[in-house]
Amino acid sequence: MAQTSILGTNRTLKRGNPAARSEALWGYLMIAPNTIGLIILHAIPVVLTVYYSFTEWGAFGDSAWAGLANYRRLIADTEFWGAVRNTVVYTLVVVPVSISLSIIVATLLNQKIRGVGIYRMLYFLPVITLPVAIAMTWKWLFNADYGLINYLLSLIGIHGPRWISDPKVALISVIMVGVWARIGYDMVVLLSGLKGISSTYYEAASIDGAGPMTQFFRITLPLLTPTIFFLSIMGLIGAFQVFELIFIMIGRDSLSIQSTESVSYLFYQKAFLHNEKGYGAAIVLFLFLVTLLLTMVQMKLQRRWVHYE
Amino acid sequence: MKRPIAARTAIHLVLVLGAVCMVGPFLWMVLTSLKTMGQSTQVPPILVPWPLKWSNYADAVGTLPFVQFYLNTTIATMAKTAGQILLCSLAGYSFARLRYPGRDVLFILTLSLLMVPGQVYLLPQYMIMKWAGWLNSVTALIVPGLFSAFGTFLLRQFFLTLPRDVEEAARIDGANPLQIYWHIALPLARSAMVALGIYVAVWSWNDFMWPMIVNDSPAKMTLSAGLASLQGQYGTNYPILMAGAVLAVWPMLLLFGFLQKQFIEGIALTGSKG
Repeated sequence: MAQTSILGTNRTLKRGNPAARSEALWGYLMIAPNTIGLIILHAIPVVLTVYYSFTEWGAFGDSAWAGLANYRRLIADTEFWGAVRNTVVYTLVVVPVSISLSIIVATLLNQKIRGVGIYRMLYFLPVITLPVAIAMTWKWLFNADYGLINYLLSLIGIHGPRWISDPKVALISVIMVGVWARIGYDMVVLLSGLKGISSTYYEAASIDGAGPMTQFFRITLPLLTPTIFFLSIMGLIGAFQVFELIFIMIGRDSLSIQSTESVSYLFYQKAFLHNEKGYGAAIVLFLFLVTLLLTMVQMKLQRRWVHYE
Repeated sequence: MKRPIAARTAIHLVLVLGAVCMVGPFLWMVLTSLKTMGQSTQVPPILVPWPLKWSNYADAVGTLPFVQFYLNTTIATMAKTAGQILLCSLAGYSFARLRYPGRDVLFILTLSLLMVPGQVYLLPQYMIMKWAGWLNSVTALIVPGLFSAFGTFLLRQFFLTLPRDVEEAARIDGANPLQIYWHIALPLARSAMVALGIYVAVWSWNDFMWPMIVNDSPAKMTLSAGLASLQGQYGTNYPILMAGAVLAVWPMLLLFGFLQKQFIEGIALTGSKG
């Protein structure tokens, strides 16, 4: 790109008001590529999705105005509400459990021990691993007859369940993998939160005779609340879109699909497999609005429990 | 504050147990990929099979065009990473440093896109790709991933933290904003661009729903979508499926091995996956 030397050849040409105009011109030129892309591929699609949700699609890609029909269908659709329930259960278990376990791991890693770097690397591996491969591997581990997990359980005398094909158990299996894949991320963020807590608090507490448990609950945990708040927001947004785990681990032919499918999965099914694009649009808009609503609720509630120094 | 040996041992015990849970599935993936079908369903399971059955890898590669998957995934990942770094840094610099009418409105509009989950865009993006005639092409994998509100925001915030005086001096010397951005601001923003680049690369490599929707011909698939269709073909033949999984995950894990610190910082700073 600009290989012309940084010398004042252009300067004499532009002065005063033209300088401001030239700055504006450069400003527009530099945001143009990204902004035009965002308008065409992000902003307009949001509007189009809203529009689609009021239309019905025929077999040949033709669409017609359908008014509120898709939304009426949404309200009456038991499969949809089942998917909402599954998604909410998944999110409400995965996010807090992952954060809680990560707090334990991060606190232990924050002690002055050896091998912190290695532990951190190993716990982080799932975060960067292809979700499809993760889901496939866990499906194999959960295999009721030949899977490693049921074998290990049998060693301690437990007859393991049919983790994937039993509709009552399948969501728990998906949740376990969801937690497993999230811990590394939560742990790394919490660890940087812990590093930010000044040691003077602990020194003062030690002088006052506070034991490690008291210190943890009175100092560490309250001062971590901003980090925990951040993680719960990020976690909620991510968990609400869970898709790969259900697509790969369960799949549409499984008996367990009804008791595990997420809103995202239903959206994919309707919009891309059944060619019910209008209905799919209504589903994904519902997902968007609930995510927004829950984020706002969390923002409101934070004053009750998040401590800022 | 040195802890007694018993306490340290207890800490390591818990951490090692956790680490086994995190790494175990990876080991089992690799070990299964080297077993025969019969060995993989043996009870009690055999840990290490002998001889190693490398032909599972040949079977996976023979069934589906894995070489093509690597090529598609790598090209898409590199293009999206380079594209976002370039376009977002241009826009971020413009938002951070230049003054022009409408700048703040445009910035607020960009911010509001951050609130929208990616899946809301998918259906219209698909229709746009179809309209443009790009379905079943690497172009479809790349184009929607070139632009990012998040990357723009991240780099704008970073540019705001840089000192202004060098840029000011260059401006007085007659450099135009593009030259200042390229020669002065970009070299200083390397750490932020690395963080964004790693985040985009991991997200692009692992992305699943979009590549699966736009490209259904095997020659245009990514590793994610290709691995899913391997499952469609082999069902419960786990040695071959695990061989496919190993083939799909090793490049990112290797990169992680080399750039561990940057990965952890980059992903921790830039947000979650998915």
